[in-house]
Amino acid sequence: MSISIASIIKKSGPFAHSSNSVQKTMFTVLLALAPATVFNLYLFGWPAIMLFTVTVGSCVAIEAGCLALADRPVKAALGDYSAILTGWLMAMSLPPWAPWWIGVMAAVFAIALAKHSFGGIGQNVFNPAMVGRTVMLISFPVVMTAWVAPHPLFSAGAPGLMDAIAITFGGHMPDTVSAASALGYVKTELSRGIPVTESIAKVPDLMDMVLGYRAGSLGETSAVLILAGGLFLMFKRIISWHIPLSVMGGVFLMGAIFHAVDPARYASGMFHLVSGATFLGAFFIATDYVTSPVTKKGQLIFGLGCGVLIWLIRTFAGYPEGVAFAVLLMNGLAPIIDQYTRPRAFGRNSKGEPLPLVKEKP
Amino acid sequence: MKLFPILGGIHPDYRKERTSEKAIVAMPMPATLYIPLQQHIGAPAEVLVAEGDLVRKGQMIARNQGTVSASQHAPTSGRIKAVTEVAAPHPSGLPQMTIVLESDGKDEWADLPEPIADPFTADMHTINDRVAQSGIVGMGGAAFPSAIKLNLGEQKKLEILLLNGAECEPYLTCDDRVMREYPDEIIDGARIMAHALGTPRIVIAIEQNKPQAIGIMTKAASAFPEIRVVGVPVQYPMGSERHLVQAITGRETPARKLTADLGVVVHNVSTTRAVHHAVRFGRPLVARVVTVSGGAIREPNNVLTPIGTLVSDLVEFCGGFAVRPESVVNGGPMMGQPLPSLDVPVVKGTSGILALTAEEINDSQTSSCIRCGNCVTVCPCGLSPIDMASFIRKDKLDGAAKLGVMDCFSCGSCSWVCPSHIPLVHYFNYAKGALNDLERERSKGDRVKIFVESRTVRLERAAEAKRATLAARKPASDNAAPGNAAEAKPAPTTEEKANA
Ligand code: SF4
Ligand code: SF4
Repeated sequence: MSISIASIIKKSGPFAHSSNSVQKTMFTVLLALAPATVFNLYLFGWPAIMLFTVTVGSCVAIEAGCLALADRPVKAALGDYSAILTGWLMAMSLPPWAPWWIGVMAAVFAIALAKHSFGGIGQNVFNPAMVGRTVMLISFPVVMTAWVAPHPLFSAGAPGLMDAIAITFGGHMPDTVSAASALGYVKTELSRGIPVTESIAKVPDLMDMVLGYRAGSLGETSAVLILAGGLFLMFKRIISWHIPLSVMGGVFLMGAIFHAVDPARYASGMFHLVSGATFLGAFFIATDYVTSPVTKKGQLIFGLGCGVLIWLIRTFAGYPEGVAFAVLLMNGLAPIIDQYTRPRAFGRNSKGEPLPLVKEKP
Repeated sequence: MKLFPILGGIHPDYRKERTSEKAIVAMPMPATLYIPLQQHIGAPAEVLVAEGDLVRKGQMIARNQGTVSASQHAPTSGRIKAVTEVAAPHPSGLPQMTIVLESDGKDEWADLPEPIADPFTADMHTINDRVAQSGIVGMGGAAFPSAIKLNLGEQKKLEILLLNGAECEPYLTCDDRVMREYPDEIIDGARIMAHALGTPRIVIAIEQNKPQAIGIMTKAASAFPEIRVVGVPVQYPMGSERHLVQAITGRETPARKLTADLGVVVHNVSTTRAVHHAVRFGRPLVARVVTVSGGAIREPNNVLTPIGTLVSDLVEFCGGFAVRPESVVNGGPMMGQPLPSLDVPVVKGTSGILALTAEEINDSQTSSCIRCGNCVTVCPCGLSPIDMASFIRKDKLDGAAKLGVMDCFSCGSCSWVCPSHIPLVHYFNYAKGALNDLERERSKGDRVKIFVESRTVRLERAAEAKRATLAARKPASDNAAPGNAAEAKPAPTTEEKANA
């Protein structure tokens, strides 16, 4: 039967096609990520640049290997930039001074396990970058939560090239530079009985957090540039507003409601919105085509679910940040959401029965 | 006038500027014309001429037969060269019975039917008969016999005659030009049709990318209070009947119903003009305006083309090919059909002949679906192309049918938008064809089953009757016999029903 499909392939239209392609789409996403990435690589210096290169490089190499093993055309498939994007997003979710093997192992889990064992591009259920990051976080919690304060390139005290090689490839993490991310700090303090109101007063003020001058992964800092990239994607119609807005809305509302109830126990909605990887998650991770629902209605449910889960995990689970877990959980639900949010067909009700003929004057 | 939004849709490159400012030109009569007996939806017409006959322009050469059909007329005067099989303007290129007419170069009109003196007092049958007699079919591309659509007024209470001047397909400008150059003929035709249909109102819908046409038509309609000219948003496929009706009235035509059930009948603007010619001058449909365009055509143009002109002659009239076309399409690029060769005739439904280059078509290697959801967003029918395609790929046609693949009208929006260049429409066309075949098989199978069953019943009953008769001979079971014998009788009736 599939042969009969092939035989009519050239026989029907349309004889026109929009200018978009998978390659163009992925490339635009990379473009949107670029400003935030460049700024953050500058902020965290040589070790970050090395880890970034290693992570992206491993993803591409493993993608090529998997394609070759599956006997699929390597060059054409690599040209779609999807492996680069996975590596890029994953690198942005790792601690910037993490050792090289974190990047390599994360790439193995992301590309080989999460993507190719499901059948390659378009077939995976879970977001590969988040699988990679999460497996690493669970396996190596200490390394994966070793945040550093920003050390801008060429600034005093910033590691030079040689120091960087020692940090990334030699595993020599200087003790003195470690710092907690805002979310982690607030959580630890709370566990010591210090109310959120007090601990938040000690973290950099919200404005600094927005600009990105704080500890965290590449993608967690600099909310402004991530936001700008996200808006650019919306402007380019690569993503719609549905997922980003519902993710942010979910996080913000949960934060705001509980903060209103007990400010000493719960951080504010605004704090949740600008801290951690909220923006990166909302605009770049939850919006991954393959692992999110295809209908707008489904996307709203999906995004809202992500937002609420992010807040729940940050607030009640053992981990300070919940974007990756939340997105993965909702990824698992996406196929079901899709099934229940199919659009209503023209001239039919939601059950697929023809609409009744209502007599009314047109 | 308040307009209503329609679902989905796309904004392709329209590329209409190549021909929109080109006034309609008549092409010289080709030496030979090829008039297929079936240029419309329905049954082919019945041939009225034979080889060697001399005919004059406008003379009926094939008569409509059956309920849905349309007549054919000689597009010029000349001699019938043959009635034979010629490749049809259809992707299959399968031959079709065609009348071959050799022009005598005189282009002499036959004696035409008298004009209908005052069509607005004539009864609807007079007008419908004239439209049927003139071989008019929907000229927007669907080629449905117009007289049948005009008869709807008899069965249903109608409110609006909606003239479709949307011309939402890229490249095509034939309706645009006809509206700009012959507005009064369109308006007159529309008023005649509205009279025949019994609709008190006429709405003329034109996409807003044709401001001149909107202006000219508005002016021409200003004398008639029952006519409204409306600029509708530029959004493919605005020209789809059901969607246009929704945009204008806000009402959604239920599945398996007609827009006429909502009181709206839609006709193309060029069809309306053909009705004007038929009613006012007795002239049948023997020529139409065709947009010849595409990157491979040397001199794109809007050409008044005799029906039956070979595409090759038409292309030559437009300067031939500047470069080798990748595809030659009959109709618009979105819903048009690829031509198997240039040796096929222009028919009544041919709105455009497009010779497209590879860059214009912008086809590419198909890659895996990345679940971007674009196809779902743009589908004007609210279907899920991604899910239907995945069922069809696994050959689960029932699954695709449940998701509504039979509602898909192959508008092409989903294929157009798909970043992975998945030929979604091809899948759906395949599935629709296969499901139709299955349906036909099934009903045939059902008929056979009924027949077999009734035969079994009949045999059983006959056997029973025999037993009863035998038993009746025994005096002991006297009272049982008559009942049984009576029961045996209805059996043949069942069989008759099955055969009917
Ligand atoms: S071709 Fe069919 S499925 Fe695709 S957009 Fe048009 S109506 Fe929807
Ligand atoms: S548009 Fe193409 S790639 Fe996107 S979901 Fe539909 S079929 Fe998949």
